[in-house]
Amino acid sequence: MHEAETRATARRAMEICNACRYCEGYCAVFPAMELRRTFTDGDLDYLANLCHDCRGCYYSCQYAPPHEFGVNLPRTFAELRQVTWVEHAWPRAGARLFARNGLVVALAAALGVALVLLLTMALQPADVLFGVHRAPGAFYVVIPMAAMVAVAGVTFGFALLAMLATVVRFWRATGSGGLPRGRPLLRALGDVLTLRNLGGGGQGCNDVDEGFSQTRRWLHHCLFYGFGLCFASTTVAAGYEHLLGLRAPYPFWSWPVVLGTLGGLGMVIGTIGLFALKLAGDAAPRAPRLLGADVALLALLGMTAATGLVLLALRATGAMGVLLAVHLGFVLALFLAMPYSRFMHGAFRAAALLRNAMEHEPTDAR
Amino acid sequence: MLNSETAYDVLVVGGGNAGLCAAITAREAGARVLLVEHAPQSMRGGNSRHTRNLRAMHATPTAVLTEAYAEQEYWDDLQRVTGGQTDEGLARTAIQASAQVAPWMEARGVRFQPSLKGTLNLSRTNAFFLGGGKALVNAYYRTAERLGVQVLYDTQVTALTLRNGAVHEAVMISQGFPAVVRARAVVASAGGFQANIGWLKQYWGEAAENFRIRGTPYAQGGVLKSLLEQGVASVGDPTQCHAVAIDARAPKFDGGIVTRLDCVPFSIVVDRDGQRFYDEGEDAWPKRYAIWGRLVAQRPGQIAYSIIDAKSERLFMPSVFPAIRAGSIGELATRLGLDAAVLEQTVRRFNAAVRPGHFDSQQLDGCATEGLHPSKSHWARAIDTPPFLAYPLCPGITFTYLGVKVNARAQVVLEDGRPVANLFASGEIMAGNILGKGYLAGFGMTIGTVFGRIAGTEAAAHARG
Repeated sequence: MHEAETRATARRAMEICNACRYCEGYCAVFPAMELRRTFTDGDLDYLANLCHDCRGCYYSCQYAPPHEFGVNLPRTFAELRQVTWVEHAWPRAGARLFARNGLVVALAAALGVALVLLLTMALQPADVLFGVHRAPGAFYVVIPMAAMVAVAGVTFGFALLAMLATVVRFWRATGSGGLPRGRPLLRALGDVLTLRNLGGGGQGCNDVDEGFSQTRRWLHHCLFYGFGLCFASTTVAAGYEHLLGLRAPYPFWSWPVVLGTLGGLGMVIGTIGLFALKLAGDAAPRAPRLLGADVALLALLGMTAATGLVLLALRATGAMGVLLAVHLGFVLALFLAMPYSRFMHGAFRAAALLRNAMEHEPTDAR
Repeated sequence: MLNSETAYDVLVVGGGNAGLCAAITAREAGARVLLVEHAPQSMRGGNSRHTRNLRAMHATPTAVLTEAYAEQEYWDDLQRVTGGQTDEGLARTAIQASAQVAPWMEARGVRFQPSLKGTLNLSRTNAFFLGGGKALVNAYYRTAERLGVQVLYDTQVTALTLRNGAVHEAVMISQGFPAVVRARAVVASAGGFQANIGWLKQYWGEAAENFRIRGTPYAQGGVLKSLLEQGVASVGDPTQCHAVAIDARAPKFDGGIVTRLDCVPFSIVVDRDGQRFYDEGEDAWPKRYAIWGRLVAQRPGQIAYSIIDAKSERLFMPSVFPAIRAGSIGELATRLGLDAAVLEQTVRRFNAAVRPGHFDSQQLDGCATEGLHPSKSHWARAIDTPPFLAYPLCPGITFTYLGVKVNARAQVVLEDGRPVANLFASGEIMAGNILGKGYLAGFGMTIGTVFGRIAGTEAAAHARG
């Protein structure tokens, strides 16, 4: 019902846009739209996820409210994106978690932290939990490495599997096109890494109002690359541990700590900045129903990074044990929430960009 | 809110492209500027919000224009569409200045998009605004406000009172309240009167009730009327307007670009009585769409139906309203409320008159009818492949030609030939000086930009000199 209505609104908007085409210089959505005369559900789902929510088309739209056509593509596509995440969620039961997603993510965070903290407190005597540990393997005195690896491995592994299954379902539902080849893959990767489509044709996007800026793009880069650096830090640390036999904590000028610190700072800056833009921005082109989910994921990412940085700062003190438990609690919550939260936008958008790159590939190269 | 104590150097009436260019220019020259806009903020910008490009002369390819477009060719194009109804001096001013407007516009926030494969293939002659006219209007308002131009929305000027050969005061309704503003100089950029159905009825009678106005509903012509009543010289035929055939399901106002229909050359067009009335394939559609508004306006009920079959469905740009479809011509007639027998006979006679030929939608293909009146000169193919599709047509009014006469300084001129000392005009309200009839894509924006800047410069000089 709600899904049908959202798609009907999106289809009407695309039919208006396709007869107008004034926005074709802004982003990939409009050239992709121009390849079509009619729009299947799959087309709409693809175009909605191709939209980067830069809002340039909203402010320049002669049919935006209060015009009777009431075209508001950023809002319509944001709502449709959520519908696609729900419809393709794997396993199916996960779909329900998208309703009241802000609450779900907040609960996951609270329960994740509480669970890790309580278990640690229950299983470790107070002198271990609150003691000062500095020797190699200090973290594992508080939480055994086997437990850490097992829980992280299972939850992160499941998150990856669920996200992959979900995005494959989405890919199949939005059309064929066969397997991607080198050039479209490279182009899509470039689009993901540069957020070209948040460039608004060179002038940036409408972060808060009808004026243009690159702020949101840069903040997203901070968050995205910060997340990547944190992931790299963890991977390098695992290599140190298992291949080189070097045990954490690592000195400040070591690769895991430098990468993690830079990444953590990037994530904190990115989440705070993006949150501030949400507060300052014009509400008209946004989907108010989805604000809770957006803010919850930002908060979860921000807290994961912030607790990691605090842990680094105080790892040589008696607070380390509790801080480690809290940080790992947030990490656990993040892994659990990933496939059923706003986090999925990244995977869907990457898939849409890949489809877009394939669509624009000259036919003779296929 | 309006503070009547404030002393303004320049009052700009109308917040479309021309008014904004005038306001920005006057402010940059140091004048204290008030710009009043009839529309609320959300619908500001007059017809400029529906535009997309500007026609610009250029000697060599630029970032946004291909090849070259020389003054002589530009002038020839203008001569051709106006049939010579143009003031050569003013026209050449607009054409020559168009070569320099793009950098000026970009410096004030307007963005152009790289030349595109485009819908009407205008990338040689016309520079396209990134995001279209509303994006341009947004950029100019931001620039104007940053420079310190005071902007008042929801403010309708009802009269510019002339006294002793100059504007004495501007009478207006501002946000629901009557107000009077005095300024040392005034720029009238308030557009034509095409949205004033009552005024159109003077020339078109009741038929005007069935017209759609493609652009802003705020083009009521109040300022134009006030000036003409006080002895200002007029230009342009008051009875004439630029009328194209658009989808009859379009909203009364502000339907803009999406209501256009490009299917006519591949169709037969019948009126309410099921009869054809004009050669649908006379020439390429961009050269003919502007005569079809008038043709449809002259049919009973100001309605017509463009009918194609499945063969032609994908030959033209998608339009905003879906076609009315049916499996047979008779069924289609019923859907349209036409007499089925009559429409069937019209189609049968047309099909019988179609001569064999090599159909080519991209050029004048010579596929014509024989022995049919009216004939169809190109793209005539039998309408015989279901499903059959129909689009209803009605007249869509873009702008009116009536305007105030101006001199080379954009100064408004009285019937006795004297200029009004402190009154300047730019945009549609004076475009009839240059475009006395016909239409040249993107030329209205050129006139608005060039004469907006001239009017702003002159008004500021008058006020401060």
